[in-house]
Amino acid sequence: MISLQPRAMPSKLMGYLAPVIALCLTLLSGLVLFAILGVPVGQAFHAFFIEPISTLYGLSELGVKAAPLILIAVGLSIGFRAQVWNIGAEGQLILGGIFGGAVALYFYEIDAWYVMPLMMMAGVIGGMLWAAIPALLKTHFNANEILTSLMLTYVAGLLLSFLVHGALRDPDGYNFPESRLFHDAALLPIVMEGTRLHIGAIIALFVVVAGWVLLSRTMLGFALKVNGAAPRAGAYAGFGQKRLIWFSLLLTGGLAGLAGLFEVAGPIGQLLPTISPGYGFTAIIVAFLGRLHPVGVLFAGLIMALSYLGGESAQITLNLPVAVTGVFQGLLLFFLLAADVLINFKIVRKARGQL
Amino acid sequence: MNETILLAILTIITAATPLVFAAIGELVVEKSGVLNLGVEGMMLVGAVSSFTAVHVTGSATLGVLAGMFAGVMLALIFAFLTLNLQSSQVATGLALTIFGVGVSALIGQPLIGVAYEGLPNVQIPVLSQIPVLGRILFSHDILVYCSIALVIAVSWFLRRTRAGLILRAVGDSHDAAHALGYPVIRVRYLATMFGGGCAGLAGAYLSMAYAPMWVENMSAGRGWIALALVVFASWQPSRVLFGAYLFGGISILQLHAQASGTINIPSQLMSMLPYLATIIVLVLISRDHGKIRRNAPASIGKAFHPTT
Repeated sequence: MISLQPRAMPSKLMGYLAPVIALCLTLLSGLVLFAILGVPVGQAFHAFFIEPISTLYGLSELGVKAAPLILIAVGLSIGFRAQVWNIGAEGQLILGGIFGGAVALYFYEIDAWYVMPLMMMAGVIGGMLWAAIPALLKTHFNANEILTSLMLTYVAGLLLSFLVHGALRDPDGYNFPESRLFHDAALLPIVMEGTRLHIGAIIALFVVVAGWVLLSRTMLGFALKVNGAAPRAGAYAGFGQKRLIWFSLLLTGGLAGLAGLFEVAGPIGQLLPTISPGYGFTAIIVAFLGRLHPVGVLFAGLIMALSYLGGESAQITLNLPVAVTGVFQGLLLFFLLAADVLINFKIVRKARGQL
Repeated sequence: MNETILLAILTIITAATPLVFAAIGELVVEKSGVLNLGVEGMMLVGAVSSFTAVHVTGSATLGVLAGMFAGVMLALIFAFLTLNLQSSQVATGLALTIFGVGVSALIGQPLIGVAYEGLPNVQIPVLSQIPVLGRILFSHDILVYCSIALVIAVSWFLRRTRAGLILRAVGDSHDAAHALGYPVIRVRYLATMFGGGCAGLAGAYLSMAYAPMWVENMSAGRGWIALALVVFASWQPSRVLFGAYLFGGISILQLHAQASGTINIPSQLMSMLPYLATIIVLVLISRDHGKIRRNAPASIGKAFHPTT
């Protein structure tokens, strides 16, 4: 009989090993999945995990996909530490795209240096405003932030659809539900010639560093760590639950909004009815896989970005459905949650009949 | 009575039924002290599984069973991770939803565009001949009657049976229940599986009766609305029924208003209504801290390990 025995102290080693174990198990089950789908395993594996990053362009695309994931996940990992379950980052991302995109369209064909900074500010504000709703409802009315933030994600999607069908639609676009193409001053500067890698990727790196400093060097970071474990101790340190709720939600909302603006002003270049392939939800996995730590989030973001690229590549070369990506992402989170048991518990063998 | 109003009432019932199934299942799960946020994922996998089964075998019964079976299977993953491996219930529930969205899209790929005539209506003899009322109350597909029966059964089970009492005890204080010798883990396993079966059934209803077809992400947040309904109902089965019909009503009225064109509001804004209503209802119910604390199972969401 195998049973679990609590450890006296959580294992630090297992904290780092669990994501590695989870990744290995996901790869293994990926092989099984490919076999079930009836595609040559070796070929599928190559298409999914090797091919996307075998060229310089592929690597730059990895950065394009990882940037929004990392931005959002840094915010989420700080919020999750405080037990604030904002799962509506997808909606906050959409609002960032709407706000930033609206600024871009307002200054259409104005070629000035201030357009992009204004767009970024608008993106951040849009995301923050959307996240402020669950924060307000949680702190004033005790309403569960998981459900409110998620409901608002559906509302955000409909709002974007409404706007690109109406107010923000391209007047010369033959009634297609999309905005004008942003002009040059409203597009993000490209970092690497000939690719889509934009300045947002660099900003995401800055956010990782800033998040790391916040967690390890500030009183607030300390309070966040304490609060997860002992909310009352956190309150004594001057960081009550309410302040942490506001801080976590506004931070994640702002970062998600920025990520949304980067999407519309970067790879997309206009407003469309859909501006994200679920980055806000995938970022939840990124945050857990990165151990709720900004530096871990950096690596986890790159890994999850690969799952998007792999899905696209497998679709093109092997005609596999893109949904495989979602299956992989879900499996990875399952395995990670399972492997995490090793942090707090030891697996022991017990003779039968023993209590 | 006006034919359109009659039709609207009939569609409200079909819109409410999946919510009834999903919410009553989750209510039992939460009563046992487990919070499973994966309802949306289980619904989607239930929907795609039942549609696949119907498409392949042609049997509606097998379709419904396949949906329930798929829901139970997903619930078992959740139960194993949270109850045996002590993973966070919130995180695991989210994982279940992410996984369910992906798996259902993968399985459903070949089913897009496939037609199905839907579940036949069961005309209850004599009663269905009553003018107007007969059509509203006594001529639905079989699952509508099942959903009402299920709510009554769950209500009776929780209040009147010994097993129901044990389930509530486990949900209110797992340590006390454990000390009394009740098998906490087993009770929670069973409750979670029941919730999975109900969510799968809700999904089956969506793809076999409500739609009836398979579309990616077709549950469109109903799993989450079901979770909110449990809070709205203060964990009481009869109120789940009321809440589900209220939400069914909101989503159908909004659809009818769009279709008739009498109200000149863009369709996207109208479609926001069910989600906004969910938020408003949550706020109205949750603002009374004391009420939530009195009604919510005390051990909800907390991990249980027998040796700790």
